[in-house]
Amino acid sequence: MNPESSASSVGIVSPQRFHHSGDFPLQCGRRLPGFELVYETYGQLNDKASNAILICHALSGNHHAAGYHDSSDRKPGWWDSCIGPGKPIDSDKFFIVSVNNLGGCHGSTGPRTINPQTGTEWGPDFPAVTVKDWVNSQLLLADHLGIDCFAAVVGGSLGGMQAMQWAIDAPARLQAAVLIASAARLSAQNIAFNEIARQAISADPNFAGGHYRQQHRNPDLGLMLARMVGHVTYLSDDGMRQKFGRELKSGDISLGQDVEFQVESYLQYQGRSFSQRFDANTYLLMTRALDYFDPASDFDNSLSAALAQTRCRFCVISFTTDWRFSAARSKEIVDALIRSERNVCSAVIESEHGHDSFLLPIPRYFEVLGGFLNRLHQDYSDAN
Amino acid sequence: MRTDLAIIADLIKPGARVLDLGCGDGELLAHLQENKHVNGYGLEIDPTNITTCINKGVNVIEQNLDAGLQNFADASFDMVVMTETLQSVKAPDRLLHEMLRIGQQCIVTFPNFAYWRCRAHLALRGRMPVSTHLPHSWYNTPNIHLCTFKDFERLCAEQNLNIIERFMVDAGHSTRPLINRFPNFFGAFAFYRLGKETT
Repeated sequence: MNPESSASSVGIVSPQRFHHSGDFPLQCGRRLPGFELVYETYGQLNDKASNAILICHALSGNHHAAGYHDSSDRKPGWWDSCIGPGKPIDSDKFFIVSVNNLGGCHGSTGPRTINPQTGTEWGPDFPAVTVKDWVNSQLLLADHLGIDCFAAVVGGSLGGMQAMQWAIDAPARLQAAVLIASAARLSAQNIAFNEIARQAISADPNFAGGHYRQQHRNPDLGLMLARMVGHVTYLSDDGMRQKFGRELKSGDISLGQDVEFQVESYLQYQGRSFSQRFDANTYLLMTRALDYFDPASDFDNSLSAALAQTRCRFCVISFTTDWRFSAARSKEIVDALIRSERNVCSAVIESEHGHDSFLLPIPRYFEVLGGFLNRLHQDYSDAN
Repeated sequence: MRTDLAIIADLIKPGARVLDLGCGDGELLAHLQENKHVNGYGLEIDPTNITTCINKGVNVIEQNLDAGLQNFADASFDMVVMTETLQSVKAPDRLLHEMLRIGQQCIVTFPNFAYWRCRAHLALRGRMPVSTHLPHSWYNTPNIHLCTFKDFERLCAEQNLNIIERFMVDAGHSTRPLINRFPNFFGAFAFYRLGKETT
């Protein structure tokens, strides 16, 4: 695909950097001596700075959500199907900001950044970050960009949790929150899967207690296993049956040969490529942030009391075959929003693709998301 | 605006908290939001209707009425509305009870199966009534619990549901003197406003 010729692509984009030089206190009690966030923007900020949308990424995502960095790129950003001219998150209407979370490994300050106090990479000593810390750091970015109030903060999965935290912590700074395939906190089953992934990484001899980079090695095998188990939880039973069935990649069972199923080679490929592009310490940090997320815990374990802090309208979207963050988790959010008398709409989208559905261009999903954002755009255009 | 929805809108006080069960394309809630500063939610399961509601800025929740309303707290709404949906739910009696648990009052509308045209259809042609009033054939109708006004009022009496007001209209949603005299014969649709029995 030629990125520049496509009318529905944001085209070639360049990441930008935001540098915060002040001391930045974290929820864990430690402080970062300043930080950097890498981000991308698509579309134009209007005169009143009222048309900005913040995109929050999920566990392994990054700031490159749409478009291409170079005309030779084979693949666009991770949410290119949804962001662009005429797409549900319409860059003709909105100024879209997509940021790599603090603690990430794609350019924002994280374990691979030099700790100015030691002169070496933070590695495993990078402080624990939480969803609240992400919101606080993104608020500073919003100040830098001159955005007093986002039209919407949008995220899927862990990104949806960030959008929820935004609504609770900074109610005056957003008009709407869109929570897709998300949850108000992880279930024991979710935490269990994250722990399997963490054990796979830390048990890899090449992990070296998190100091693998100093020793010029990488826990490839551990990252690969972590990704493989994660990937299975992002798909559905039906979806995997349709995609792979029991197709063989090689060998013949009837001849007594060793065989490889398609699904095995697919998972190994996904795992291997992940181990090459993702930092192990970041993976541990991000999964911990997921596990600890629980906004109700600040309000006597009442989610509706937590959400009573919010002022924005909500759109909550879930998918029928998602078992990682099931539709029932989204319903908990919706019910709490109704109890706290917030404006909310919700849709449960029929899809066979499990948790991964939130990344896919499913027609009804895009109608709901696009319709909600379009209505929001009309409402603040009328207000201006 | 649809005539029946205009009748319901008149029964709702400004600023009321409204829950609309089976809110369709959100016409009633959108009208109430704009004209009566009503803060409400609609429950709906049809994807096209849900999208239309979202486009209108209506708080629509995708939820099946047959799965119950346990997620709504007692007395959390001023008015719970259900427009021409009673006859297509699995357990109308339990749903009515739930509506008055959640709302101070409720408004229910439904078609009258004892309407004279229905009676004539069945008596003279010997076939299930199909008309503008009840437009479906027996094999594709969503209406699994059709009743008459008399049936409904008997249920209200049995369940101690207090009928605060009621009125019946013809198939074109107009009131007529004849309907007031013989509602269960000449009335095509009924509007009931119910409250808890005051003892």
